[in-house]
Amino acid sequence: MPLLEVDDLSISFGGIQALAEVDFQVENGEILSVIGPNGSGKTTMFNCISGVYRPDEGLIRFREKSLLGLSPDSIAHRGVARTFQNLRLFLHMTVVDNLLLGRHIKFHKNLIHALLRLRREEIRHREVVEEIIDFLDLQAYRQTRVSDCPYGVQKRVEMGRALAMEPHLLLLDEPISGLTSEEKEETAYRINEIRGRYKTSILLVEHDLRIASRLADRMIALDYGKKIAEGSPEEVQRTPEVIKAYLGED
Amino acid sequence: MDLIENYKQELQLIRKPWTRVWVGAFVLLLLLLPWFAPEYIIYTSTLIFIYAVGVQGQNLLIGYTGQISFGQAGFLAIGAFTFGHLSRFGIPWPIGLLGAGLAAGLFGILVGFPSLRLKGPYLAIATLGFGIAVYQIFANSELLSGGRMGLVIQKLEPIFGLSRLNFNYYFYFLIALVFTLATYNIISSYVGRAFIAIRDNDIAAEVIGVNLTRYKLLAFAVSSFYTGIQGGLYGLLLGYLEPNMFTFMESITLFVAVIIGGLASVEGSIMGAAFVILVPQFFSEFKEMVPVVFGVTILLVLIFEPLGLYGRWFKMRLYFRNWPLR
Repeated sequence: MPLLEVDDLSISFGGIQALAEVDFQVENGEILSVIGPNGSGKTTMFNCISGVYRPDEGLIRFREKSLLGLSPDSIAHRGVARTFQNLRLFLHMTVVDNLLLGRHIKFHKNLIHALLRLRREEIRHREVVEEIIDFLDLQAYRQTRVSDCPYGVQKRVEMGRALAMEPHLLLLDEPISGLTSEEKEETAYRINEIRGRYKTSILLVEHDLRIASRLADRMIALDYGKKIAEGSPEEVQRTPEVIKAYLGED
Repeated sequence: MDLIENYKQELQLIRKPWTRVWVGAFVLLLLLLPWFAPEYIIYTSTLIFIYAVGVQGQNLLIGYTGQISFGQAGFLAIGAFTFGHLSRFGIPWPIGLLGAGLAAGLFGILVGFPSLRLKGPYLAIATLGFGIAVYQIFANSELLSGGRMGLVIQKLEPIFGLSRLNFNYYFYFLIALVFTLATYNIISSYVGRAFIAIRDNDIAAEVIGVNLTRYKLLAFAVSSFYTGIQGGLYGLLLGYLEPNMFTFMESITLFVAVIIGGLASVEGSIMGAAFVILVPQFFSEFKEMVPVVFGVTILLVLIFEPLGLYGRWFKMRLYFRNWPLR
Protein backbone atom coordinates (compact mmCIF):
# COMPACT_ATOMS: atom_id res chain seq x y z
CA MET A 1 0.00 0.00 0.00
CA PRO A 2 1.57 3.33 -1.00
CA LEU A 3 2.13 5.94 1.71
CA LEU A 4 0.76 8.78 -0.38
CA GLU A 5 -1.57 8.47 -3.33
CA VAL A 6 -2.31 11.49 -5.47
CA ASP A 7 -4.99 10.97 -8.06
CA ASP A 8 -6.29 13.27 -10.75
CA LEU A 9 -5.19 16.38 -8.86
CA SER A 10 -6.29 19.66 -10.47
CA ILE A 11 -6.30 23.25 -9.32
CA SER A 12 -6.58 26.49 -11.21
CA PHE A 13 -6.15 30.13 -10.26
CA GLY A 14 -8.34 32.31 -12.42
CA GLY A 15 -7.59 31.20 -15.95
CA ILE A 16 -4.32 29.48 -15.15
CA GLN A 17 -4.40 25.73 -14.76
CA ALA A 18 -1.67 25.25 -12.16
CA LEU A 19 -2.12 21.50 -11.90
CA ALA A 20 -4.01 19.33 -14.36
CA GLU A 21 -4.92 15.73 -13.51
CA VAL A 22 -1.63 14.90 -11.86
CA ASP A 23 -1.32 11.45 -10.37
CA PHE A 24 1.54 9.69 -8.66
CA GLN A 25 2.31 7.64 -5.58
CA VAL A 26 4.97 7.69 -2.89
CA GLU A 27 5.92 4.30 -1.50
CA ASN A 28 7.09 3.69 2.04
CA GLY A 29 10.73 4.63 2.57
CA GLU A 30 11.13 6.08 -0.89
CA ILE A 31 12.63 9.33 -2.12
CA LEU A 32 10.52 10.62 -4.98
CA SER A 33 11.90 13.61 -6.77
CA VAL A 34 9.72 16.11 -8.61
CA ILE A 35 11.38 18.13 -11.34
CA GLY A 36 10.10 20.70 -13.77
CA PRO A 37 10.83 24.21 -15.01
CA ASN A 38 9.73 27.33 -13.14
CA GLY A 39 5.98 27.65 -12.89
CA SER A 40 5.34 24.02 -13.65
CA GLY A 41 3.28 23.52 -10.49
CA LYS A 42 5.73 21.83 -8.11
CA THR A 43 5.16 24.16 -5.18
CA THR A 44 1.42 24.28 -5.89
CA MET A 45 1.39 20.53 -5.51
CA PHE A 46 3.12 20.82 -2.13
CA ASN A 47 0.59 23.41 -1.06
CA CYS A 48 -2.24 21.07 -2.00
CA ILE A 49 -0.77 18.14 -0.09
CA SER A 50 -0.02 20.18 3.05
CA GLY A 51 -3.47 21.77 3.03
CA VAL A 52 -2.49 25.36 2.28
CA TYR A 53 -4.51 25.19 -0.97
CA ARG A 54 -7.73 23.29 -1.62
CA PRO A 55 -7.54 21.45 -4.94
CA ASP A 56 -10.49 21.83 -7.32
CA GLU A 57 -10.57 18.15 -8.15
CA GLY A 58 -8.79 14.96 -7.34
CA LEU A 59 -7.87 12.74 -4.44
CA ILE A 60 -5.03 12.87 -1.96
CA ARG A 61 -4.82 9.81 0.25
CA PHE A 62 -2.20 9.51 2.97
CA ARG A 63 -1.88 6.22 4.84
CA GLU A 64 -5.19 5.21 3.30
CA LYS A 65 -7.08 8.26 4.56
CA SER A 66 -8.08 11.26 2.52
CA LEU A 67 -6.36 14.56 3.28
CA LEU A 68 -8.82 16.63 1.29
CA GLY A 69 -10.57 19.38 3.21
CA LEU A 70 -8.33 19.03 6.26
CA SER A 71 -6.68 22.13 7.70
CA PRO A 72 -2.86 22.32 7.54
CA ASP A 73 -2.53 21.65 11.26
CA SER A 74 -4.52 18.42 11.16
CA ILE A 75 -2.48 17.28 8.17
CA ALA A 76 0.61 17.95 10.28
CA HIS A 77 -0.89 15.78 13.00
CA ARG A 78 -1.37 12.96 10.49
CA GLY A 79 2.39 12.95 9.91
CA VAL A 80 3.16 15.19 6.94
CA ALA A 81 5.89 17.78 7.40
CA ARG A 82 7.19 20.26 4.86
CA THR A 83 9.76 22.94 4.29
CA PHE A 84 9.23 26.10 2.28
CA GLN A 85 11.20 27.26 -0.70
CA ASN A 86 11.34 30.86 0.55
CA LEU A 87 11.98 29.97 4.16
CA ARG A 88 9.12 30.50 6.59
CA LEU A 89 10.89 30.50 9.92
CA PHE A 90 9.93 32.18 13.17
CA LEU A 91 12.50 34.91 12.79
CA HIS A 92 12.35 36.41 16.28
CA MET A 93 12.91 33.13 18.05
CA THR A 94 16.12 31.23 18.67
CA VAL A 95 17.13 28.19 16.68
CA VAL A 96 16.25 25.92 19.61
CA ASP A 97 12.78 27.45 19.94
CA ASN A 98 12.14 27.05 16.23
CA LEU A 99 13.04 23.38 16.46
CA LEU A 100 10.93 22.99 19.61
CA LEU A 101 7.97 24.35 17.67
CA GLY A 102 8.44 21.36 15.42
CA ARG A 103 7.66 19.28 18.50
CA HIS A 104 4.41 21.16 19.06
CA ILE A 105 2.23 18.33 17.74
CA LYS A 106 3.91 15.89 20.14
CA PHE A 107 3.00 17.82 23.29
CA HIS A 108 0.09 16.50 25.31
CA LYS A 109 -1.72 19.79 25.46
CA ASN A 110 -2.45 20.79 29.01
CA LEU A 111 -2.58 24.42 30.02
CA ILE A 112 -2.23 23.54 33.71
CA HIS A 113 1.18 21.98 33.09
CA ALA A 114 2.25 25.15 31.31
CA LEU A 115 0.95 27.40 34.09
CA LEU A 116 2.55 25.44 36.92
CA ARG A 117 5.86 25.03 35.10
CA LEU A 118 5.74 21.23 35.07
CA ARG A 119 8.48 20.53 32.60
CA ARG A 120 9.09 16.81 32.37
CA GLU A 121 7.49 16.67 28.93
CA GLU A 122 9.38 19.75 27.79
CA ILE A 123 12.69 18.13 28.76
CA ARG A 124 11.84 14.99 26.81
CA HIS A 125 11.20 17.06 23.70
CA ARG A 126 14.34 19.08 24.21
CA GLU A 127 16.33 15.84 24.13
CA VAL A 128 14.88 15.00 20.74
CA VAL A 129 15.64 18.51 19.50
CA GLU A 130 19.21 18.17 20.74
CA GLU A 131 19.68 15.08 18.58
CA ILE A 132 18.47 17.03 15.56
CA ILE A 133 20.87 19.85 16.40
CA ASP A 134 23.67 17.29 16.40
CA PHE A 135 22.52 15.75 13.15
CA LEU A 136 22.27 19.08 11.34
CA ASP A 137 25.41 20.49 12.96
CA LEU A 138 23.61 23.50 14.46
CA GLN A 139 25.35 23.54 17.87
CA ALA A 140 27.03 26.87 17.24
CA TYR A 141 23.68 28.55 16.58
CA ARG A 142 21.54 26.99 19.32
CA GLN A 143 20.66 30.22 21.08
CA THR A 144 21.03 32.56 18.11
CA ARG A 145 17.99 34.33 16.81
CA VAL A 146 17.09 32.85 13.45
CA SER A 147 17.03 36.27 11.79
CA ASP A 148 20.72 36.64 12.70
CA CYS A 149 21.73 33.31 11.14
CA PRO A 150 23.24 33.02 7.67
CA TYR A 151 21.06 31.69 4.87
CA GLY A 152 22.57 28.23 4.82
CA VAL A 153 21.92 27.84 8.54
CA GLN A 154 18.34 29.04 8.15
CA LYS A 155 17.81 26.36 5.53
CA ARG A 156 19.07 23.75 7.96
CA VAL A 157 16.79 25.09 10.71
CA GLU A 158 13.85 24.84 8.36
CA MET A 159 14.70 21.22 7.65
CA GLY A 160 15.30 20.53 11.34
CA ARG A 161 11.92 21.96 12.29
CA ALA A 162 10.24 19.56 9.86
CA LEU A 163 12.35 16.65 11.14
CA ALA A 164 11.40 17.43 14.72
CA MET A 165 7.83 16.55 13.79
CA GLU A 166 8.99 12.96 13.15
CA PRO A 167 6.87 12.81 10.01
CA HIS A 168 5.99 9.78 7.93
CA LEU A 169 6.30 11.93 4.84
CA LEU A 170 8.67 14.84 4.46
CA LEU A 171 8.07 17.38 1.69
CA LEU A 172 11.26 19.25 0.85
CA ASP A 173 10.81 22.28 -1.38
CA GLU A 174 14.13 23.05 -3.05
CA PRO A 175 16.28 22.23 -0.02
CA ILE A 176 19.56 23.03 -1.77
CA SER A 177 18.71 26.08 -3.84
CA GLY A 178 20.80 29.09 -2.98
CA LEU A 179 23.44 27.14 -1.07
CA THR A 180 27.17 27.06 -1.72
CA SER A 181 28.45 23.97 -3.47
CA GLU A 182 29.91 22.66 -0.23
CA GLU A 183 26.60 23.13 1.60
CA LYS A 184 24.82 21.46 -1.30
CA GLU A 185 26.89 18.32 -0.91
CA GLU A 186 26.33 18.29 2.84
CA THR A 187 22.59 18.72 2.45
CA ALA A 188 22.39 16.00 -0.19
CA TYR A 189 24.24 13.68 2.14
CA ARG A 190 21.87 14.54 4.98
CA ILE A 191 18.74 14.02 2.90
CA ASN A 192 20.00 10.54 2.16
CA GLU A 193 20.72 10.02 5.87
CA ILE A 194 17.26 11.15 6.94
CA ARG A 195 15.65 8.21 5.23
CA GLY A 196 17.65 5.68 7.21
CA ARG A 197 17.65 7.54 10.50
CA TYR A 198 14.08 8.80 10.71
CA LYS A 199 12.34 6.14 8.61
CA THR A 200 10.75 8.85 6.54
CA SER A 201 9.64 8.92 2.94
CA ILE A 202 10.65 12.06 1.12
CA LEU A 203 9.02 14.00 -1.66
CA LEU A 204 11.69 16.25 -3.04
CA VAL A 205 11.29 19.25 -5.32
CA GLU A 206 14.62 20.25 -6.79
CA HIS A 207 15.98 22.24 -9.68
CA ASP A 208 19.48 20.85 -9.48
CA LEU A 209 19.04 17.80 -11.73
CA ARG A 210 22.38 16.30 -10.86
CA ILE A 211 21.64 16.10 -7.14
CA ALA A 212 17.95 15.34 -7.62
CA SER A 213 18.71 12.31 -9.75
CA ARG A 214 21.46 11.15 -7.42
CA LEU A 215 19.14 11.16 -4.42
CA ALA A 216 15.91 9.96 -5.96
CA ASP A 217 14.68 6.40 -6.25
CA ARG A 218 12.10 7.54 -8.74
CA MET A 219 11.37 10.80 -10.43
CA ILE A 220 8.39 12.57 -11.96
CA ALA A 221 8.51 15.61 -14.21
CA LEU A 222 5.91 18.35 -14.42
CA ASP A 223 5.41 20.97 -17.10
CA TYR A 224 2.58 23.51 -17.18
CA GLY A 225 0.78 21.58 -14.45
CA LYS A 226 0.85 18.26 -16.31
CA LYS A 227 2.85 15.18 -15.47
CA ILE A 228 5.02 14.56 -18.52
CA ALA A 229 7.22 11.72 -17.29
CA GLU A 230 7.65 9.18 -14.52
CA GLY A 231 10.24 6.54 -13.84
CA SER A 232 13.85 6.13 -12.78
CA PRO A 233 15.92 9.33 -12.91
CA GLU A 234 17.71 8.17 -16.07
CA GLU A 235 14.50 7.30 -17.85
CA VAL A 236 12.88 10.60 -16.98
CA GLN A 237 15.83 12.62 -18.14
CA ARG A 238 15.86 10.80 -21.46
CA THR A 239 12.18 11.45 -22.11
CA PRO A 240 11.82 13.78 -25.11
CA GLU A 241 9.11 15.87 -23.39
CA VAL A 242 11.42 16.57 -20.44
CA ILE A 243 14.26 17.59 -22.69
CA LYS A 244 11.84 19.82 -24.58
CA ALA A 245 10.52 21.41 -21.39
CA TYR A 246 14.00 22.17 -20.10
CA LEU A 247 15.86 23.04 -23.27
CA GLY A 248 13.10 24.09 -25.63
CA GLU A 249 12.73 22.88 -29.21
CA ASP A 250 15.50 23.28 -31.68
CA MET B 1 30.43 32.68 31.70
CA ASP B 2 27.58 30.33 32.25
CA LEU B 3 27.70 26.73 31.27
CA ILE B 4 24.52 24.75 31.20
CA GLU B 5 24.90 21.16 32.26
CA ASN B 6 21.35 19.88 32.17
CA TYR B 7 17.87 20.77 31.05
CA LYS B 8 16.72 21.68 34.54
CA GLN B 9 19.24 24.49 34.59
CA GLU B 10 18.21 25.69 31.19
CA LEU B 11 14.53 25.77 32.12
CA GLN B 12 14.99 27.69 35.36
CA LEU B 13 13.01 30.87 35.74
CA ILE B 14 16.14 32.93 36.44
CA ARG B 15 19.34 31.30 35.31
CA LYS B 16 22.19 33.60 36.16
CA PRO B 17 23.17 34.00 39.81
CA TRP B 18 23.61 37.75 39.52
CA THR B 19 20.20 38.21 37.97
CA ARG B 20 18.83 36.26 40.90
CA VAL B 21 20.50 38.63 43.32
CA TRP B 22 19.10 41.68 41.53
CA VAL B 23 15.59 40.31 41.28
CA GLY B 24 15.73 39.22 44.92
CA ALA B 25 16.87 42.68 45.96
CA PHE B 26 14.09 44.28 43.93
CA VAL B 27 11.39 42.06 45.46
CA LEU B 28 12.80 42.73 48.92
CA LEU B 29 12.71 46.46 48.23
CA LEU B 30 9.08 46.19 47.21
CA LEU B 31 8.29 44.17 50.34
CA LEU B 32 9.93 46.75 52.59
CA LEU B 33 8.56 49.78 50.74
CA PRO B 34 5.65 50.45 53.12
CA TRP B 35 8.12 50.84 56.00
CA PHE B 36 9.84 53.92 54.65
CA ALA B 37 7.93 55.32 51.69
CA PRO B 38 5.35 58.12 51.97
CA GLU B 39 1.72 57.14 51.69
CA TYR B 40 1.10 58.42 48.18
CA ILE B 41 3.93 56.27 46.83
CA ILE B 42 2.48 53.19 48.50
CA TYR B 43 -0.91 53.93 46.99
CA THR B 44 0.57 54.60 43.55
CA SER B 45 2.52 51.36 43.69
CA THR B 46 -0.69 49.53 44.54
CA LEU B 47 -2.27 50.95 41.40
CA ILE B 48 0.77 49.91 39.36
CA PHE B 49 0.44 46.32 40.63
CA ILE B 50 -3.18 46.21 39.50
CA TYR B 51 -2.35 47.69 36.12
CA ALA B 52 0.62 45.38 35.65
CA VAL B 53 -1.75 42.39 35.62
CA GLY B 54 -3.86 43.81 32.80
CA VAL B 55 -0.91 45.10 30.78
CA GLN B 56 0.70 41.66 30.90
CA GLY B 57 -2.50 40.15 29.57
CA GLN B 58 -2.67 42.76 26.84
CA ASN B 59 0.97 42.09 25.97
CA LEU B 60 0.31 38.36 25.65
CA LEU B 61 -2.22 39.27 22.98
CA ILE B 62 -0.51 42.16 21.18
CA GLY B 63 3.17 41.54 21.80
CA TYR B 64 3.32 37.76 21.76
CA THR B 65 0.45 36.65 19.54
CA GLY B 66 0.48 39.76 17.34
CA GLN B 67 -3.29 40.36 17.50
CA ILE B 68 -4.11 44.02 17.99
CA SER B 69 -6.96 44.80 20.35
CA PHE B 70 -8.39 48.22 21.09
CA GLY B 71 -11.26 46.85 23.15
CA GLN B 72 -9.53 46.19 26.46
CA ALA B 73 -11.74 48.70 28.30
CA GLY B 74 -14.67 46.47 27.42
CA PHE B 75 -13.09 43.45 29.11
CA LEU B 76 -12.08 45.66 31.99
CA ALA B 77 -15.67 46.82 32.46
CA ILE B 78 -17.06 43.28 32.16
CA GLY B 79 -14.58 42.02 34.74
CA ALA B 80 -15.16 44.92 37.11
CA PHE B 81 -18.96 44.82 37.00
CA THR B 82 -19.07 41.02 37.20
CA PHE B 83 -16.97 41.26 40.31
CA GLY B 84 -19.13 44.09 41.65
CA HIS B 85 -22.40 42.24 41.20
CA LEU B 86 -21.00 38.98 42.55
CA SER B 87 -19.70 40.70 45.66
CA ARG B 88 -23.09 42.36 46.21
CA PHE B 89 -24.61 38.89 46.24
CA GLY B 90 -22.26 38.19 49.13
CA ILE B 91 -19.91 35.96 47.18
CA PRO B 92 -16.40 35.97 48.70
CA TRP B 93 -13.71 37.86 46.81
CA PRO B 94 -11.58 34.95 45.53
CA ILE B 95 -14.57 33.42 43.75
CA GLY B 96 -15.72 36.87 42.67
CA LEU B 97 -12.32 37.56 41.09
CA LEU B 98 -12.33 34.20 39.36
CA GLY B 99 -15.81 34.99 38.06
CA ALA B 100 -14.62 38.38 36.82
CA GLY B 101 -11.73 36.77 34.94
CA LEU B 102 -13.88 34.00 33.49
CA ALA B 103 -16.64 36.36 32.35
CA ALA B 104 -14.12 38.61 30.62
CA GLY B 105 -12.36 35.54 29.20
CA LEU B 106 -15.63 34.28 27.75
CA PHE B 107 -16.23 37.58 26.01
CA GLY B 108 -12.60 37.47 24.92
CA ILE B 109 -13.31 34.25 23.04
CA LEU B 110 -16.34 35.87 21.38
CA VAL B 111 -14.32 38.91 20.35
CA GLY B 112 -11.54 36.58 19.24
CA PHE B 113 -13.65 35.05 16.51
CA PRO B 114 -13.19 37.99 14.11
CA SER B 115 -9.42 37.52 14.56
CA LEU B 116 -9.71 34.28 12.63
CA ARG B 117 -10.57 36.30 9.54
CA LEU B 118 -9.28 39.81 10.22
CA LYS B 119 -5.73 41.01 10.53
CA GLY B 120 -3.95 44.17 11.62
CA PRO B 121 -5.97 47.36 11.32
CA TYR B 122 -9.21 45.51 10.52
CA LEU B 123 -9.01 43.55 13.73
CA ALA B 124 -8.16 46.75 15.60
CA ILE B 125 -11.37 48.37 14.34
CA ALA B 126 -13.48 45.32 15.20
CA THR B 127 -12.19 45.21 18.77
CA LEU B 128 -12.51 48.98 19.09
CA GLY B 129 -16.19 48.59 18.25
CA PHE B 130 -16.53 46.02 21.00
CA GLY B 131 -14.92 48.29 23.61
CA ILE B 132 -17.20 51.20 22.76
CA ALA B 133 -20.30 49.00 22.63
CA VAL B 134 -19.64 47.60 26.09
CA TYR B 135 -19.17 51.09 27.49
CA GLN B 136 -22.45 52.25 25.94
CA ILE B 137 -24.33 49.25 27.29
CA PHE B 138 -23.09 49.86 30.82
CA ALA B 139 -23.63 53.61 30.54
CA ASN B 140 -27.24 53.12 29.45
CA SER B 141 -28.31 50.29 31.68
CA GLU B 142 -28.88 51.18 35.32
CA LEU B 143 -29.48 47.54 36.10
CA LEU B 144 -25.95 46.63 35.00
CA SER B 145 -24.09 49.70 36.12
CA GLY B 146 -25.79 50.14 39.49
CA GLY B 147 -27.51 53.37 38.55
CA ARG B 148 -26.63 57.00 39.11
CA MET B 149 -24.70 56.37 42.30
CA GLY B 150 -22.54 53.67 40.75
CA LEU B 151 -22.01 50.21 42.09
CA VAL B 152 -20.75 50.13 45.68
CA ILE B 153 -18.48 47.23 46.55
CA GLN B 154 -17.51 46.06 50.01
CA LYS B 155 -13.79 46.73 50.44
CA LEU B 156 -11.42 44.20 51.96
CA GLU B 157 -10.97 44.44 55.72
CA PRO B 158 -7.29 44.54 56.68
CA ILE B 159 -5.93 41.64 58.69
CA PHE B 160 -2.69 41.02 60.65
CA GLY B 161 -3.12 44.46 62.22
CA LEU B 162 -1.93 46.23 59.08
CA SER B 163 -3.30 49.61 58.12
CA ARG B 164 -5.71 49.53 55.17
CA LEU B 165 -3.10 51.18 52.94
CA ASN B 166 -0.35 48.68 53.72
CA PHE B 167 -2.70 45.73 53.63
CA ASN B 168 -3.88 46.71 50.15
CA TYR B 169 -0.29 47.15 49.06
CA TYR B 170 0.73 43.65 50.09
CA PHE B 171 -2.50 42.08 48.86
CA TYR B 172 -2.17 43.48 45.34
CA PHE B 173 1.58 42.90 45.32
CA LEU B 174 0.97 39.21 45.94
CA ILE B 175 -1.65 38.96 43.22
CA ALA B 176 0.54 40.80 40.71
CA LEU B 177 3.41 38.48 41.63
CA VAL B 178 1.28 35.38 41.02
CA PHE B 179 0.15 36.66 37.63
CA THR B 180 3.67 37.68 36.65
CA LEU B 181 4.94 34.17 37.41
CA ALA B 182 2.03 32.72 35.46
CA THR B 183 2.91 34.91 32.48
CA TYR B 184 6.54 33.77 32.56
CA ASN B 185 5.39 30.17 32.70
CA ILE B 186 2.99 30.60 29.81
CA ILE B 187 5.47 32.27 27.50
CA SER B 188 8.24 29.76 28.19
CA SER B 189 5.97 26.79 27.53
CA TYR B 190 4.71 25.30 24.29
CA VAL B 191 1.71 27.65 24.52
CA GLY B 192 3.88 30.75 24.44
CA ARG B 193 5.93 29.36 21.59
CA ALA B 194 2.75 28.73 19.62
CA PHE B 195 1.64 32.33 20.28
CA ILE B 196 4.93 33.72 18.98
CA ALA B 197 4.81 31.35 16.01
CA ILE B 198 1.43 32.79 15.02
CA ARG B 199 2.83 36.30 15.27
CA ASP B 200 6.00 35.58 13.29
CA ASN B 201 4.53 33.46 10.51
CA ASP B 202 0.99 32.19 10.70
CA ILE B 203 1.19 29.94 7.63
CA ALA B 204 4.28 28.17 8.92
CA ALA B 205 2.66 27.88 12.36
CA GLU B 206 -0.32 26.13 10.83
CA VAL B 207 1.82 23.80 8.73
CA ILE B 208 3.81 22.59 11.75
CA GLY B 209 0.55 21.76 13.51
CA VAL B 210 -0.47 24.83 15.52
CA ASN B 211 -4.25 25.05 15.37
CA LEU B 212 -4.74 28.74 14.55
CA THR B 213 -8.36 28.82 15.71
CA ARG B 214 -7.59 27.30 19.06
CA TYR B 215 -4.49 29.35 19.81
CA LYS B 216 -5.81 32.70 18.65
CA LEU B 217 -8.93 32.23 20.74
CA LEU B 218 -6.79 31.02 23.64
CA ALA B 219 -4.69 34.17 23.38
CA PHE B 220 -7.83 36.30 23.49
CA ALA B 221 -9.24 34.28 26.38
CA VAL B 222 -6.07 34.46 28.49
CA SER B 223 -5.53 38.13 27.72
CA SER B 224 -9.07 39.16 28.60
CA PHE B 225 -8.96 36.92 31.68
CA TYR B 226 -6.03 39.01 32.91
CA THR B 227 -7.87 42.21 32.02
CA GLY B 228 -11.02 41.00 33.78
CA ILE B 229 -8.98 40.30 36.90
CA GLN B 230 -7.54 43.80 36.65
CA GLY B 231 -11.09 45.19 36.50
CA GLY B 232 -12.17 43.17 39.53
CA LEU B 233 -9.11 44.25 41.52
CA TYR B 234 -9.73 47.86 40.57
CA GLY B 235 -13.31 47.68 41.86
CA LEU B 236 -12.16 45.99 45.04
CA LEU B 237 -9.59 48.71 45.69
CA LEU B 238 -11.82 51.70 44.96
CA GLY B 239 -14.98 50.26 46.53
CA TYR B 240 -17.26 51.57 43.82
CA LEU B 241 -17.67 51.37 40.06
CA GLU B 242 -19.21 53.54 37.40
CA PRO B 243 -19.21 53.17 33.60
CA ASN B 244 -17.16 56.32 33.08
CA MET B 245 -14.07 54.53 34.36
CA PHE B 246 -14.13 52.38 31.23
CA THR B 247 -14.20 54.78 28.32
CA PHE B 248 -12.22 54.37 25.12
CA MET B 249 -9.41 56.35 26.80
CA GLU B 250 -8.86 53.40 29.13
CA SER B 251 -8.30 51.05 26.16
CA ILE B 252 -5.80 53.54 24.78
CA THR B 253 -4.00 53.73 28.11
CA LEU B 254 -3.56 49.96 28.25
CA PHE B 255 -2.41 49.96 24.65
CA VAL B 256 0.09 52.73 25.35
CA ALA B 257 1.42 50.80 28.34
CA VAL B 258 2.21 47.81 26.13
CA ILE B 259 3.91 49.87 23.40
CA ILE B 260 5.89 52.07 25.78
CA GLY B 261 6.87 49.19 28.02
CA GLY B 262 7.98 46.98 25.18
CA LEU B 263 6.19 44.49 23.00
CA ALA B 264 6.64 40.85 23.96
CA SER B 265 8.30 41.47 27.29
CA VAL B 266 6.98 40.79 30.77
CA GLU B 267 9.36 43.25 32.42
CA GLY B 268 8.34 45.78 29.81
CA SER B 269 4.68 45.27 30.70
CA ILE B 270 5.40 46.17 34.30
CA MET B 271 7.45 49.21 33.27
CA GLY B 272 4.65 50.26 30.93
CA ALA B 273 2.10 49.93 33.72
CA ALA B 274 4.29 52.11 35.92
CA PHE B 275 4.60 54.62 33.09
CA VAL B 276 0.89 55.10 32.50
CA ILE B 277 0.23 55.45 36.23
CA LEU B 278 3.16 57.73 37.02
CA VAL B 279 2.92 60.15 34.09
CA PRO B 280 -0.58 61.42 34.97
CA GLN B 281 0.61 61.82 38.57
CA PHE B 282 3.68 63.83 37.62
CA PHE B 283 1.53 66.07 35.48
CA SER B 284 -1.42 66.17 37.84
CA GLU B 285 -1.23 69.96 37.95
CA PHE B 286 -1.70 70.20 34.19
CA LYS B 287 -4.22 67.48 33.66
CA GLU B 288 -4.97 68.55 30.13
CA MET B 289 -1.31 67.92 29.25
CA VAL B 290 -1.41 64.18 30.03
CA PRO B 291 -2.68 63.06 26.60
CA VAL B 292 -0.07 65.31 24.98
CA VAL B 293 2.70 63.69 27.00
CA PHE B 294 1.38 60.24 26.13
CA GLY B 295 1.23 61.09 22.46
CA VAL B 296 4.68 62.63 22.31
CA THR B 297 6.24 59.75 24.23
CA ILE B 298 4.73 57.18 21.90
CA LEU B 299 6.15 59.06 18.94
CA LEU B 300 9.58 59.27 20.52
CA VAL B 301 9.58 55.64 21.60
CA LEU B 302 8.56 54.40 18.18
CA ILE B 303 11.25 56.49 16.51
CA PHE B 304 14.14 55.95 18.89
CA GLU B 305 13.37 52.75 20.75
CA PRO B 306 10.88 50.47 19.04
CA LEU B 307 11.46 47.90 21.75
CA GLY B 308 10.17 50.26 24.41
CA LEU B 309 11.44 50.91 27.92
CA TYR B 310 12.47 47.29 28.17
CA GLY B 311 14.61 47.62 25.05
CA ARG B 312 16.39 50.64 26.52
CA TRP B 313 16.95 48.79 29.78
CA PHE B 314 18.30 45.77 27.92
CA LYS B 315 20.80 47.92 26.01
CA MET B 316 21.93 49.61 29.20
CA ARG B 317 22.58 46.22 30.73
CA LEU B 318 24.59 45.15 27.71
CA TYR B 319 26.61 48.33 27.95
CA PHE B 320 27.43 47.89 31.62
CA ARG B 321 28.25 44.22 31.28
CA ASN B 322 31.53 45.14 29.60
CA TRP B 323 32.03 48.39 31.45
CA PRO B 324 34.56 50.03 31.64
CA LEU B 325 35.86 48.20 28.58
CA ARG B 326 34.19 49.61 25.59
